[in-house]
Amino acid sequence: MIAHRPLCRTATRPWICALQCVVAAAALFSSSVQAQIAVRGKTVYTMAGDPVEDGVVVVEDGKIVAIGAAPQINVPDGYEVLEAEVVTPGLIDAHSAVGLTGILNYDHDQDQLERSQAMQPELRAVDAYNPHEELIDWVRSFGVTTMHTGHAPGELISGQTFVVKTTGNTVEDATVVEAMAVAVSLGPLAEKEGGKSPGTRGKMMSMLRAELIRAQEYAAKQAAATEDEESETTPARDLRLEALSRVLDGELKLMITANRAQDIASALRLAHEFNVTLWLDGAAEAYLLIDEIKAADVPVIIHPTMMRAFGERENLSYETAATLVHAGIPVALQSGYEAYVPKTRVVLFEAGVAAGHGLSFDEALATITIDAAKILGIDQRVGSLEIGKDGDLALYDGDPFEYTSHCVGVVIDGEVVSDVVR
Amino acid sequence: MRRQLFWTAAIVAAIGTWVRVATADAADQPRAFVGARIIPIEGEEIPEGVLLVEGKRIAAVGPVGDVELPEGTEEVDVSGRVIMPGLICTHSHIGGIGGADGSGPIQPGVRIYDSLNVHDSGFKRAVAGGLTTLNIMPGSGHLISGQTIYVKLRFGETLPRRIDDLFIFDEDGRPTGGLKMANGTNSMRDPPFPGTRGKSAFLVREQYIKAREYQAKITRAAGDGSKLPPRDLHLEALVEAMQGRRIVHHHTHRHDDIMTVIRLSREFGFRVVLHHVSEGWKVADEIAAAGVPCSVIVIDSPGGKLEALNMQLETGGVLERAGARVAFHTDDWITDSRVFLRSPALAMRAGMSRQAGLESVTLAGAEMLDLQDRIGSLAAGKDADFVILSGDPFSVYTQVLETWVEGQRVFDRSDPQDRLYAEGGYGAGHDQEPYLCCYDESQQEAAQ
Repeated sequence: MIAHRPLCRTATRPWICALQCVVAAAALFSSSVQAQIAVRGKTVYTMAGDPVEDGVVVVEDGKIVAIGAAPQINVPDGYEVLEAEVVTPGLIDAHSAVGLTGILNYDHDQDQLERSQAMQPELRAVDAYNPHEELIDWVRSFGVTTMHTGHAPGELISGQTFVVKTTGNTVEDATVVEAMAVAVSLGPLAEKEGGKSPGTRGKMMSMLRAELIRAQEYAAKQAAATEDEESETTPARDLRLEALSRVLDGELKLMITANRAQDIASALRLAHEFNVTLWLDGAAEAYLLIDEIKAADVPVIIHPTMMRAFGERENLSYETAATLVHAGIPVALQSGYEAYVPKTRVVLFEAGVAAGHGLSFDEALATITIDAAKILGIDQRVGSLEIGKDGDLALYDGDPFEYTSHCVGVVIDGEVVSDVVR
Repeated sequence: MRRQLFWTAAIVAAIGTWVRVATADAADQPRAFVGARIIPIEGEEIPEGVLLVEGKRIAAVGPVGDVELPEGTEEVDVSGRVIMPGLICTHSHIGGIGGADGSGPIQPGVRIYDSLNVHDSGFKRAVAGGLTTLNIMPGSGHLISGQTIYVKLRFGETLPRRIDDLFIFDEDGRPTGGLKMANGTNSMRDPPFPGTRGKSAFLVREQYIKAREYQAKITRAAGDGSKLPPRDLHLEALVEAMQGRRIVHHHTHRHDDIMTVIRLSREFGFRVVLHHVSEGWKVADEIAAAGVPCSVIVIDSPGGKLEALNMQLETGGVLERAGARVAFHTDDWITDSRVFLRSPALAMRAGMSRQAGLESVTLAGAEMLDLQDRIGSLAAGKDADFVILSGDPFSVYTQVLETWVEGQRVFDRSDPQDRLYAEGGYGAGHDQEPYLCCYDESQQEAAQ
């Protein structure tokens, strides 16, 4: 392994060697320019079959058009060629608040939690995301190219989430999926003080059930009205109930942050009662309910491996990701939401520690690439290096999980978006 | 006060004797750890070494074949493992700390050890991370938040029953510790706390000047009780700092706050360690020129508050190259003691040398606590504080297998209970179960 190996580029024409400048310029005008690029790695982890030794990935107009062992792949003339020891798909952070929770941590850059009401599923992430937020650059410089981000855990229903690429000048540029899930929190996270509701776990569930029942009724009236266009009973449009009715019909997922086993059980009970698609989030004590989670066929977006173990998370384990994966439960890792320092975690680091505590290298990498993509339902575009998928790649100078390795380059949609050695 | 000290020392000596007698056979048998790659910190790494422990101390360190083992030595095969000194954290908040309260910004008379719960599971996680010595400190919400305590994690066969069992005593029998200070935004709050940096420095200077006058009165009294000023616990601690007997551990992030600390330490002559030092990279030459050591924090991203906006993984390396002494700290709960080795490793990722990385969690930390003669490297005569690792200290795949403090094993990964604290899981977050020797019997008696 060569330490501190910079992002090494060879080009088919000498004048392309002044690439730092070219790349900087490309980044500036990235919205209009789409470079043609090939990435060669001593080891290429495609996450679709075995790793390719001395592999090449060719990206044309933002999409992967060829992949395989270098001798078998023809890189067309004029293509920019990047080289690295290790190449992986661009990393996916399965649950973050980056873009809404700003680096300064002052009121004016904190849009991840609206405290005025306990339940606000109508709040859209697309209206709150700042694509220029510095923490996006930070996580991207370690290889993260896709984030599921949005309203954070901390209210009973804090709002919606969406999926972005870690690039783009506007939120529209960045957006992959405009609305993904409605974020629910159970347990102390959702508890309000001073006599306000919800003040207990029992009240949380009663409020959620009542609201979902209202949404059911709203959806039924809407459906009836759609059948009979002349109907005068069409209910006035209600954005809150509309969001929940989208959850009921499966268009949006219900992501429930629950850490204690009893809260996880409540989440499963709720999903069963309303027949909604549940993602368990956080799930510190999920290892106590393996059979139940499997039976419910629910994926787990597990807490960051190094999340602080106190309060309702006091029993979290470095090994939970491995326990769940080995039980056959779909698992993705997340950076989570941090209210103080560090203002965000980095999924690369979290997966690394999971790899040090029971997950194999491939399993750990899957939790931040293909398995995350499958859970989020975006695997037709990202999560593995396959022909037809987005040209999103991360380049490393060694084992990506080792503390002392570096991410040496990041490509999104065929564009070099980071060449910082970090 | 003398009498108090005498009794403290006598009791400590008595307890020490009792423990020695009780465990004499096991503890005094020499034990040799044979075959590991030994990283002694001072001196070259030994590819296949022997660490010979007698009682609480290291008797010898050297290559296999070079170390003579006394008769009756128990040999432990640790081939394929790595042994390095026990890790030293210069800045920890575990144990359920409760230092100064909200009544004012300057409370140097408050001792952190009066608040600590030795059964806190944080201690068990710390030994699971290979930590053997900690500086436990009050928080940074005050200009001066109280006295810190240096502890050895003596969680061996005889479990500690109170925090006092973890103290490290100096030659006078006093528990060793420093003084916690802070500047920047954490200690700026509503009155009576300062609202600005200027006011922060003024309040600190005012107190140190008072302490100087207090000390002058004591000197002038020359032992005449009628002339002594009334004893002032707050000023006493500041006097100890100015006398160099209590190192100031100073929370500081921004470059200008760092320079303020150096300015104040020069004015009042207190020895200081800069803690966190997020913008230390901006004034590295000045820090090095002042000869002030740095205990740096490594977190996963910058920001979270304005003064950590410019935190960089590069800071440790920049300070090292400027010539400053660098340690890292967990700041536990900010980062978890179990992954302490990650901090120097990430700094190495960003340019720090491997040797400085190794020293940063051992010898450099020891120096910042004035304990370098006792701990921080593997050398004959030093305390037998060490960790046995499954691989290289800076690999994410390496596990701490065992932790030893003063010749006693305090963490054993093969023990299910220890493993629970190392990995986490149900029950890992709770306090340790206290041992209530006679609870059942007394209950039965009461029932009868």
